[in-house]
Amino acid sequence: MLSGVNYMRIKLMVNGAEHALEVEPRTTLLDCLRDHLDLKGAHAGCEHGVCGACTVLCDGVAVRSCLMFAPQAEGTPITTIEGVTPGPGELSPLQDAFCETHGMQCGYCTPAMILAAHALLAGNPNPTRDDIVEAISGNLCRCTGYAQIVEAIALAADRIRGANRPPELRK
Amino acid sequence: MSAGHYRFVSTDRRVREDRRFVAGKGRFVADIDLPNIKHVALVTCPHAAARIISIDKRAALAMPGVHYVLDGRELAAATQQLVTGLDTPNVPRRPLAVDTARYSGEWVAAVVADTRALAEDAAEEINIRYEPLPFVLDAEQAIKPGAVLVHSAHGSNVLLDRTFVWGRVEDDFAASPRHLSVRVKWARSSTVPIETFGVVASWDPWRDVLDVYASIQMPKYPDQIAMALHLPASAVRVHYDVDVGGSYGVKRGIKHSVLVAYLARRLGFPVRLVEDRLENMRGGDAHGPERLFDVDVAFDDDGIVRSMKMRALENIGAYAGRSPFQLGKPVGAIVGPYKIKSVQYRAIAAVTNKTPQDAVRGFGQAPTNLALERMMDEVGNALGLDPLELRRRNMIRKEDFPYTIPSGTTYDSGDYHTVVDKVVARTSYNEIKAERDRLRGEGKLAGIGIAACLEPSGGNASFEPLLNPKNATTTWMDSCRIDVDLTAAITATMHTSSAGQGHETLVATVIGEVLERDPDSIRVVRANSLNSLPSNSPVGSRMAIMLGGAAFHAAHKLKAKLTAIGAHDLGIPAERAIYEQGNVHDCAAPDKRRTWEELVAIAHRNFHRLPEGFEPGLAVAHVYQVPTGGTLPTADGRVQMYPCFSFEFHLLLLSIDPDLGTPRILRYRLGHDCGTVINPKIVRGMTMGGIAHGIGAALYEEFAYNEDGQLITQTFMDYLLPSSQEVPAVEIIHHETPSPHTVLGQKGSGESGYLGAPAAIANAINDAISPLGISINTLPLNVSKLGDLIAEARTRKGI
Amino acid sequence: MKAAPFAYSRVANVDEACAMLASDDSARVIAGGQTLVPMMVMRLVRPTRLIDINRIVELSYIRSDGDTISIGATTRQCLVERDALIAADIPLLARAISFVGHAATRARGTIGGSLANADPAAELPLIAITLEATLAYRVEGRTEKMAARDFYIGPMTTSLPSDAVLTSVQFPKWLGKVGVSFCEVNARRSDFAFVAAAVQVELGDDGRCDRIAIGIGAATDFPIRLASAEQQLKGSALDAVTVKGAVLEALADFAPLSDLHASAEYRRRVAAALATRAVVDARSHALGRQLHAH
Repeated sequence: MLSGVNYMRIKLMVNGAEHALEVEPRTTLLDCLRDHLDLKGAHAGCEHGVCGACTVLCDGVAVRSCLMFAPQAEGTPITTIEGVTPGPGELSPLQDAFCETHGMQCGYCTPAMILAAHALLAGNPNPTRDDIVEAISGNLCRCTGYAQIVEAIALAADRIRGANRPPELRK
Repeated sequence: MSAGHYRFVSTDRRVREDRRFVAGKGRFVADIDLPNIKHVALVTCPHAAARIISIDKRAALAMPGVHYVLDGRELAAATQQLVTGLDTPNVPRRPLAVDTARYSGEWVAAVVADTRALAEDAAEEINIRYEPLPFVLDAEQAIKPGAVLVHSAHGSNVLLDRTFVWGRVEDDFAASPRHLSVRVKWARSSTVPIETFGVVASWDPWRDVLDVYASIQMPKYPDQIAMALHLPASAVRVHYDVDVGGSYGVKRGIKHSVLVAYLARRLGFPVRLVEDRLENMRGGDAHGPERLFDVDVAFDDDGIVRSMKMRALENIGAYAGRSPFQLGKPVGAIVGPYKIKSVQYRAIAAVTNKTPQDAVRGFGQAPTNLALERMMDEVGNALGLDPLELRRRNMIRKEDFPYTIPSGTTYDSGDYHTVVDKVVARTSYNEIKAERDRLRGEGKLAGIGIAACLEPSGGNASFEPLLNPKNATTTWMDSCRIDVDLTAAITATMHTSSAGQGHETLVATVIGEVLERDPDSIRVVRANSLNSLPSNSPVGSRMAIMLGGAAFHAAHKLKAKLTAIGAHDLGIPAERAIYEQGNVHDCAAPDKRRTWEELVAIAHRNFHRLPEGFEPGLAVAHVYQVPTGGTLPTADGRVQMYPCFSFEFHLLLLSIDPDLGTPRILRYRLGHDCGTVINPKIVRGMTMGGIAHGIGAALYEEFAYNEDGQLITQTFMDYLLPSSQEVPAVEIIHHETPSPHTVLGQKGSGESGYLGAPAAIANAINDAISPLGISINTLPLNVSKLGDLIAEARTRKGI
Repeated sequence: MKAAPFAYSRVANVDEACAMLASDDSARVIAGGQTLVPMMVMRLVRPTRLIDINRIVELSYIRSDGDTISIGATTRQCLVERDALIAADIPLLARAISFVGHAATRARGTIGGSLANADPAAELPLIAITLEATLAYRVEGRTEKMAARDFYIGPMTTSLPSDAVLTSVQFPKWLGKVGVSFCEVNARRSDFAFVAAAVQVELGDDGRCDRIAIGIGAATDFPIRLASAEQQLKGSALDAVTVKGAVLEALADFAPLSDLHASAEYRRRVAAALATRAVVDARSHALGRQLHAH
């Protein structure tokens, strides 16, 4: 065992802002976001990479923040649920769609689900049901049985496509 | 869904809690930062049973950042043992083991350090010497004479062994031409929320108050902490505004909370224990029923089931939590939706050297439903009678309600045959049978699964006096308070935490309905335990009934008060005053009226305009007794267990790859009747979630032990929760048979889906493998087990 | 569930990583970390130092080198999943990669990490063995190569020297009418397999089998090839009966693992079933690809 605590200075780019931090190397990105940056939207579920409740976007791609040590995240833009929320009290189309279908119950897996959906829609604006099921299959939800989550993502995709359509073609 | 006569109830409204969750702004226990908070990690016993010879804390305490190491002796000397429900004084339960540890994973010591990581480092440096002891894991072994005793002072491993006889069981068996027996095993599984249990405690020595924040779903929680710590409950302030990240029964946390509260008081700074997944799976309140059923059934040539003898043996683990009571609740629906005239029920709770259980969704009803529904299919098989027809013949008919079952519970209402008809009307039953037979023709194994089950709801605690004669509890109340402030805004207060059931939405919807005010304009807040009214938390599928009932009555009190104020101020007799959307007018002269704002202003400012004897301001409260509650069980164990009974009818088609044993659900349809639906989105979500949970219990999930008594499924890599890939699309068909006992006709739905899905899947699998002449009644029905069974049968048949 | 303390070094090149490994027996290389981090937080492994090779630019690539496709060790699995070269030239790898974990773990997980981790149930070692991949590593300032069949020696155990860093893997291209199949059985789609079968075939103009590779994973300490079945099937029409016979014969002495998830009996039976299916399926795939080509 090492004697004492060795800290490392790192710089993280989170939600568009750079943060200079001192962390123990063993600090996971998840714990760093929660404990050092007060971003509580990423949640610890299993801390061993199965449940997906800690999902954040790394360079726009959904990853498990419990499976990265904070120093590894240097130089990669990180986006958390706080970063996709448009403003205080305002919801993104995905967030609003989750509210519309009630794609959650306890809310614990929800930020991660929304980020996984975010990553999906960024690359595939017109996903099939199977695409959606596959995209969230690494995010466990114990409350919903997933049906209303899948519907939320399909609804958001539909609305986002609609919003991008010329006004005369919108329903 | 009939929304006809309601303004807000049953309409497709959003769930107000959702906004904070989608933004990551829920407030879960791990999000609570108090200044100078310290962190706990646990040291757990690595043996299935062991005597603790010594605990050497020196190396751990010498580490920088480590504040304290607590052992079982110190904690036991300073606190009372935990309440366990049954009258078994020689089976004490404490947060930390004292001298003897009785399961692998039992907490032996707790370390307090600056960070959780440091606490884990220090936990490794605590040197504990153990003397391993003999142990017993299997409940049947445990109850045999001469078995290793888990608690030697108790003298046996049996904590409960009651036999109830309701009706003329022996006569009915003798008079029935046919009998059969079936043995069914429900594997040890549980609800396993994605959030583990966590608690933060902080002691204020200048105000003599213990503040507790916890992800809790536990009735009498503040009282139990207080008793254990020798404090009055008025010194314990539990904050109910903590969002709970899923529970479905298990988040009981008494031992965690007593431990952390003691440390916070002892050390003078806030202390937090948030279980990690290993602590949670090994030794948290994580495990659920592990139950063996032996069912004998007597029936006639037409498939009418006359009588049943059921023996249920529960492996409760090393200590009694709520677990033995989970043998009690099913008494209230022991015959399911069927007219079975007499029943013998023997309930045995055995202690073993496994992790203790706590309450799980359905509180024992889902395993019981599995046994009942496997029994019904076996009766059908014995007669060559179609399982749907068999159920139709035995189900209680609409005109029979209210219907009293042999164990003394009266079912409130139901229309089971119509629900079944609606389900098979969508795609005819014959069509699904044809699809199954087509698959069989292609060489696949295919089966249809049916389950018709009840969800007793309205959570009363009648299983407590039923199984513990010293307990005379006959109420399990819930409460709501409503205040209207000077700006004429409404605030309602609820008195418990929630774990995703949408209770804030429930309260606002019900009050809005009664007061004819927009629910979105009604604020709902949560009290803490020092300013709260009595509540028994969201257990037993009760909150729509109980919190909804309390909110309804409180709103009616407010409405009556406003109406009286209006009548008095208008100078008209009360019976002429009409309340409409918050305003009060004279029915004889509609323009003679007082608006909502005027009425509120009178109440708050103009005492001189209030009717005589009225309290100023607008504050009302209602403490609601469980409908049908209030009586003790009879000497022969007849009891009105719960007030309301929701009905669910599962119908599914499944195929199994004959070479691989992999099951695949091809169609899943559910008929669901939970009376009046208050919020359709919430009810659908809970039902879908229940089915997913049931799929897990049927096919994937098990807390499995090896022969050394070690839990071998203690991570999410081995304890397998269904993902989106494993849950099929489910079509839900609604029917509404209102309950006569509840304010809006609502019944419970918090356990729906889960109560029948495992039974339906087990029946489908058995139907699928029946052409091979085999059956399987042991959950989970996993791929390897199924594959081996099928292969063996095919070899026997030369396929 | 927090890792024991360790020091962290991000290295700029492979030789720096090798030197660190050579100087500290308890140091470990971290690539994607999708297996290593869970082991660390459960304190099942406790390196004193983590050597992060993720930023070594020259370790992340997919390129065609004549008869082979070469993939750098830190190439993310998700890049392989989407890569056109892989899809065209190493179709078996393209087919199998989506079975590795979930999208979120493939986003971080690397090719080299999974190969070097040597989990008996992992898909990538199975593909490496089946396709006779070559693994390249750097040790003491020189680059060495080793055949996949020599690389795997036990569960979670390889013959990679302790101070070596895996740098790349070369998969041979198969030309002609190639078809592939990958099947596995697990409890949930994204779990490690109980049994997996990987097959690649090349058909002659007459539709007969010119070349075939059959691999079985997750059933034994490390993946195996069904060499005798391959021999027997060469030149055959790969009809189901012949295939089944050859596979059963090849598995006659098969001694698979038994654990909580699946019995040895199960694995033995299902290995045969999956291998048979995969061969038949790979043949159809080859014929289908042929049709597409016209």
